[in-house]
Amino acid sequence: MAHPEITAGSRPTYRRGQEVALFVPCYVDQLFPQIGRAVVTIFERLGVPLVYPEEQTCCGQPAFNSGYWEDARPVVRHFAKTFAPYPWIVVPSGSCASMCRAFFPQLEPHPEITAVGRRVYELSEFLVSVVGVTDTGARFPHRITYHDSCPARRELRALDPPRRLIRSVRDATFVELPRGEECCGFGGTFSVKLAGTSLAMGRDKVKSIVESGAEVVVSGDASCLLHVGGILQRDPALQHVRTMHLAELLIATV
Amino acid sequence: MELSMQAKLATFGMPFDIGATAGLAEPNAPPVVAASAARAAHSKAIASERIPQWEAWRETAHRIKAWTIAHLDRLLVQFEEQVTARGGKVLWAEDAAQANAIILDIAQGKGVRTVVKAKSMATEEIGLNHALADAGIRSMETDLGEYIVQLAGQRPTHIIGPAMHMSAAEIGKLFAEKLGTAYTESPENLIAEARKRLRQDYLDAQLGISGVNFGVAETGTIVVVENEGNGGLSMAAPSVHVAVTGIEKLLPRMADVPVFLNLLARSGTGQALSTYTHFIQGPESPRELYVILLDNGRTRILADRASRQSLYCIRCGACLNVCPVYRRAGGWAYGWVYPGPIGAVTTPHLVPLELSGELPFASSLCGACQEACPVKIDIPHQLLHLRHEAVTRPSPMRSLGERLTWRLWSWAMRGPRRYRLLGWLGLRVALPLARRSPWKPGKPGKWLRAWERGRDLPEVPAQSFKAWWRSRTP
Repeated sequence: MAHPEITAGSRPTYRRGQEVALFVPCYVDQLFPQIGRAVVTIFERLGVPLVYPEEQTCCGQPAFNSGYWEDARPVVRHFAKTFAPYPWIVVPSGSCASMCRAFFPQLEPHPEITAVGRRVYELSEFLVSVVGVTDTGARFPHRITYHDSCPARRELRALDPPRRLIRSVRDATFVELPRGEECCGFGGTFSVKLAGTSLAMGRDKVKSIVESGAEVVVSGDASCLLHVGGILQRDPALQHVRTMHLAELLIATV
Repeated sequence: MELSMQAKLATFGMPFDIGATAGLAEPNAPPVVAASAARAAHSKAIASERIPQWEAWRETAHRIKAWTIAHLDRLLVQFEEQVTARGGKVLWAEDAAQANAIILDIAQGKGVRTVVKAKSMATEEIGLNHALADAGIRSMETDLGEYIVQLAGQRPTHIIGPAMHMSAAEIGKLFAEKLGTAYTESPENLIAEARKRLRQDYLDAQLGISGVNFGVAETGTIVVVENEGNGGLSMAAPSVHVAVTGIEKLLPRMADVPVFLNLLARSGTGQALSTYTHFIQGPESPRELYVILLDNGRTRILADRASRQSLYCIRCGACLNVCPVYRRAGGWAYGWVYPGPIGAVTTPHLVPLELSGELPFASSLCGACQEACPVKIDIPHQLLHLRHEAVTRPSPMRSLGERLTWRLWSWAMRGPRRYRLLGWLGLRVALPLARRSPWKPGKPGKWLRAWERGRDLPEVPAQSFKAWWRSRTP
């Protein structure tokens, strides 16, 4: 299957003033609302009109990944119906963007649904590769590292966009994470179904973070950060290391 | 058939027993597995990065395999005709029992007492050594790794490195105990000892058994790669050679072989080419050659369009080496012959889902396997497909509680008001209740417990994003 990464010529061009629909993933909505608010701030600063279709719920990934395709399908249909009117859909998650772009065709190969799925972009891809913005005017005087989620790395192949955005953040020192290609071990329900393995993977990721010397781990996926941050919080020696979503970094002014 | 599988699994242990451990299972591989797998993955990465056209090779191999599997019916017949025309004999085996019966028949017909075996996953799959032992025939594994695990009475942990789980010191202890030699952990001395003993076995054996890396339909050629020279001796020293191959191992033409040899060695060990590559075209009279074409569930995979790509596998082990779950759990955790990601998508077709349904869940779906695969098998898509199978058909992963939970979730995710209700129920009611209830395996709250065992959950915020958005836009 061809990878759904963005390549020149494969997409229409964003015209200034076009409305963009914001998709806030269910777990971000419920647990990390500040990430959604940060995206709103970024778009306001850039002058890109953003709407939040209030009918939205979830992309269907949790049930799809757990094998419950019959339960996931109506949710995907609801997603497609909600977002059908919008030419551009942006989501602050590589995992959800990958569900929409790469996995809708496997779950529900209906042309109208896959067409909506193809219009979904992860936040950094949208800013850098679609709108052409690499500087959001942020300032963040800390040593930071970036964790690529597996869907962002391997399905969307969006390694460059977040780095270009981070490099424009004033006063920030960016270091690459050692063994960055290794999964952090979250994996949705994998994190509780094979909790021992998930934790072992997460602890190794934490070791890499410590090795990098970063004070802040940034990622485009809050689900990885939920897992890695949860492990960091448990260790009294590591509580100085913080997690932060890319959207929050891009509005930082301190 | 099913009973014997059950007996097999009872011997080997159930894979990833998620139900019994309520998600608390610890990864259980000896640390040497992770280190060896990481080393192999690193060698592969270096070897493939040196090839500018690596991606083109992968794509070519993928397409050749796609064509092969789509035309398998014709190619198998052509292969049989070609092997037969060169004086070999082709025998078709529908399952493990039939394959073993055919081989036993050949061995007993010739009064064979000792067999030497080159490394072969297909013969592991059919449990040939057990069948030979039951018939009183001595079967010697000659690949060093296989020799070690046979000596230890274990199963291979890796399809390329069968003894990957053992350190040199452990192998030294094993040799001292089983062979009565002086303890040494020097690899050179251990290899010399194994070689000395195997030399006599090659001379004694009346039958040599090997696997097949590629069978060329156009010419009836069997291609076998190896690094130790044991394969060549096993196939050539005895007067009878039996080669066992899964029906999916064919390639259409001789011209298709080079790209696969290039990919296989680099992906498996990081070598540019295996030390030995044998091309066997019929027996040299008066020697005899038998080729066993093994189905054993492969036609079931062929019939399942979503799983078909798993038949492209060339058994290089690259997906095992990069898999974060394999590295920590080790090969035995997968419960059957094929471990790692390729095992997780193959085994559920070869043994009943009741016994293997947990395997597709033994993955974080990180996709490292697909990225490493030299023939670009879409492993994550297949894992997802098999997860769907495992929760809709009889399997240990089918649970009424989970089914009802997802049904409720699905209902709630079809409208914003229901969504808000479920969010409130989940975070404000169920979560505090689960925290307070005494935990028992298999009871509600087990997943929260599994999470909180090593991770904190964040504070639940006072206001969701949805609520915040509504409050700012009247």
